[in-house]
Amino acid sequence: MELMTPLFVILCPLIAAALILPSRKHPNLREGWTIAASAATFLLVLSMAPEILKGETINFILFQSMFKGVYIGFKVDAFGEIFAITASSLWFLVSIYSIGYMRTLKEHAQTRYYFAFCFAILGAMGVALSANLVTMFIFFEIITVSTYPLVIHEQTPEALRAGHKYLAYLMPAGAFLLFGIMTTYYLTGTTDFTPGGIKSLANASQLVAIALFFTFLLGFMKAAWMPFHSWLPTAMVAPTPVSALLHAVAVVKAGVFGIVRIVCYVYGVDLMHELNLWLILAIIASFTMIVGSFFAIAQDDLKKRLAYSTISQLSYIILGASLLTENGIRGAMLHIPFHGYMKITLFLCAGAIMVATGKRKISEMAGIGKTMPVTMLAFSIAALGMIGIPPVAGFISKFYLCLGAWAVESPYGMIFLAVILISSLLDVVYFFPIIYTAFFKKPAGEISASGEGKIKEAPLLMVVPLTITAIFSIIFFVYPNMFYIFDLVKMAIGDIFGGV
Amino acid sequence: MLLAEQFPVLIVGLSMFMAYTMLLAGYLNRRLPFYMTLAMNSLVLILSLFILNHVLTVGPIRYWQGGWRPPWGIEYVVDAMNAYLLIIVVSMVILGLIYSKRNVEYEIEARKHATFYVLVQLMAAGLYGITITGDLFNMFIWLEIASLTAYALIAVAGGRALRPAYNYVIMGSIGACFYIFGVCWLYSVTGTLNMADMRLLLPLVYDNKAVQMAFAMMVVGVMIKAYIFPLHLWQPDVYTYAPSTISSMMASVHVKVMFYILLRMFYSVFTLGFIEHFIGLDMLICWVAAIAILVGSIWAIKQRNLKRMLAYSSISQMGYILLGVGLSPLSPWGLVGAVAHILNHAMGKGCLFMSAGAFAQQEGLRDIRNFEGLGKKMPYASAAFTIAALSMIGIPPTAGFASKLFLILASLDAAQYPFVAVLLLSGLLNLVYFWRVIDQMYFAKHEEPKDAAEVKEKGKALPLSMVAPMLILASLCIIMGIIWLTDIPLPLINHILSNLRMGVTL
Repeated sequence: MELMTPLFVILCPLIAAALILPSRKHPNLREGWTIAASAATFLLVLSMAPEILKGETINFILFQSMFKGVYIGFKVDAFGEIFAITASSLWFLVSIYSIGYMRTLKEHAQTRYYFAFCFAILGAMGVALSANLVTMFIFFEIITVSTYPLVIHEQTPEALRAGHKYLAYLMPAGAFLLFGIMTTYYLTGTTDFTPGGIKSLANASQLVAIALFFTFLLGFMKAAWMPFHSWLPTAMVAPTPVSALLHAVAVVKAGVFGIVRIVCYVYGVDLMHELNLWLILAIIASFTMIVGSFFAIAQDDLKKRLAYSTISQLSYIILGASLLTENGIRGAMLHIPFHGYMKITLFLCAGAIMVATGKRKISEMAGIGKTMPVTMLAFSIAALGMIGIPPVAGFISKFYLCLGAWAVESPYGMIFLAVILISSLLDVVYFFPIIYTAFFKKPAGEISASGEGKIKEAPLLMVVPLTITAIFSIIFFVYPNMFYIFDLVKMAIGDIFGGV
Repeated sequence: MLLAEQFPVLIVGLSMFMAYTMLLAGYLNRRLPFYMTLAMNSLVLILSLFILNHVLTVGPIRYWQGGWRPPWGIEYVVDAMNAYLLIIVVSMVILGLIYSKRNVEYEIEARKHATFYVLVQLMAAGLYGITITGDLFNMFIWLEIASLTAYALIAVAGGRALRPAYNYVIMGSIGACFYIFGVCWLYSVTGTLNMADMRLLLPLVYDNKAVQMAFAMMVVGVMIKAYIFPLHLWQPDVYTYAPSTISSMMASVHVKVMFYILLRMFYSVFTLGFIEHFIGLDMLICWVAAIAILVGSIWAIKQRNLKRMLAYSSISQMGYILLGVGLSPLSPWGLVGAVAHILNHAMGKGCLFMSAGAFAQQEGLRDIRNFEGLGKKMPYASAAFTIAALSMIGIPPTAGFASKLFLILASLDAAQYPFVAVLLLSGLLNLVYFWRVIDQMYFAKHEEPKDAAEVKEKGKALPLSMVAPMLILASLCIIMGIIWLTDIPLPLINHILSNLRMGVTL
């Protein structure tokens, strides 16, 4: 079905970016553009969902390219729509949060911040909607370049070092990705995402296909799989809304999204089985899940701990995709929005704590549950979701992941089931102390009587978004079809497994 | 005969005539030559657009000087390749001239202005001549005109530019000598100087030692002029100390036209048959290019002077074009990459040198380490620099990405996988040295000057005539980057491929 909507979705952030620059002298107007654009983007994305649920894809070809069989354009299918809905809905909430955060902390260079933010979202939207690998690559690079000013926002030597590390990982990754894409084109003559895989890729020699797969894995370093993860914790020097949206949703999810695209839409289930690539990918994911959790336990900086938690949780998605069972992939796809909502809640809480009290370290947060009850309640809900305890959304995706591992027709399946369970246990180990410290521990230093028990929340502009995301984390458990997510996943699974 | 078929000779004839008229007019009024050369080159732009249209719709233009039929007379031939290059050259000359107006007022003393523009006009005429001619000896004449004027234009800056200019005179003359030696030997064997004629005669004498020697000498001669590694030693100093306008023009078009001689020799005189006749010759070219790409980038990382860094970057970028040429016997995409990069590098490097000149003029900054806060002080020049730098790195959707894409596809198509690695690695090296500048301009902490008077004195806005060319080139970097990805240039590319006898179309 031909529709202009995908183009408009891309244009929204672009127009906002163009309007933000001239209105740098009027902060309210500037932030107004961001919010308007994010709302428009979200509504446009959501308006595509009913069409897709009818079993159609929304195509929009921008132009034919000079290469035969490659065009630059958009094809929105169920899986892309899931990612687009996740990123755009969270962008709206984070935009509101950003205003509170940036203004309270009186951050410098706010225009640059909002400008770069728009481009980063443009990149994420483009990745979600693109029809083939070439288009996807263009937006991938846009994400990399546009998030750099956000990472080094503080412009301290530490931030600059983090930024350089960021580029040092992601730019070579881009080179690998480009190489992978060109090789795919050279081997098959197409780079279109095809549900069930590009058939002619099976004609390539096994060695080439395996090497190509590793090239793609290196190319998707944005997914922060170990041992190529260390850019992500370092990038936590960025302002919290950036860490929240980009390094919990847009950037890293774009990487994971790419890996799932490669597994299900380029290689396809059969080829993954035939070359035993699923096993390799599953081992990498399991390693990352377990080791990432251990790293998380060791962190005292709240944002760093959340970053390692992200690394570990992202690999749930990779693991789910690599299991190649219906329930596994369903779990993986559900985990994209669910983890997005829960992790962003956690990050927003971390930012709220920082703004209200200036504290970054978990060990300093004793008794903070009393002064910031709403924030810490939201934090606890999201943390429970991360662990996989009902009634929070994380339970559903983890449940499907377990079912997926159970259904694997090889003895390894049990191992991966055990990995999921152990990793969930480790989640408890690193999230529970935070909740415990916040609610039950007495503050170490004797604070003055006047400070005791007084509620001192962050500004309303920050508390409201994080409450909403926490509430949504529960809504997704009660009603997983919110924003059509569950139906879309069903649709995508049907595409991949040929309408089974 | 159609009118457009007269245009090639009009372009060079009028350009030469205008150059001498300008000299006379310069005596009357010092400001006149600038406007005359601007008008002349604008006229050339219009003429060359007609030529391109004619070439694409009707076919190559062949103009016989004085009605003498080739191979006796001098023939001017314009096919798709020349027409394409001609438009690039003219547009870059015009943008460079607009930029030069205020830049030259700052960099060069007033009494030299008239002669400066006369020399620029002469150089432009020489470049048009090389582009249009279809005769090997006539090409040498234009080559000398373009080179001698370039030597003088570099020396105009005076002071530290004199030694590099002298260096360039020596090296450039050696290059020209090599070229003319080659032409002489070819003449002694084939008895003709006309390119088309020579192409028909040469296949019979491929194994003649004189022909092989001629090929080697011409290639080396042109390689000196186009500063292909390892014959680049004259170039960094020249680009560093020449007037900014001239650095910009030389990096964007002068070297491209020099390289075009090589292109003509490969495809229209010796033809790919000759290169394929000697096994390994194409690979030799590719490896020379690969080394140039890497070495140029690595040296660029070491540099602290912005213009010198850009100079080394140019050496590396010329390697891209040569790599495309080297891959072309195995894959047509190689030639597409080379042709695309001629334009993309002209736009990008032209813009970069212009902004480097603007930084020097406005803030007196040449050393990258002092660039703190430049993004605030000179927003437009910095933005132009950033976009052009992104294009050099090859970030989509800029023009540099397109050429990288073509060249990678060519390497894959030719089954020469090491060059894919070279291209990707070079992109990362480019990132290292360009990002350092961007970091300094935008993100390094700097102290706001406390003295308000100083701010006011330095804060004079850059004149529009300097900002506009930079911004035009920067936006072209993005527009062309998108256009190269579409199938719009496909007819032009197919014409070029068939005119250069690649035997395939896309």
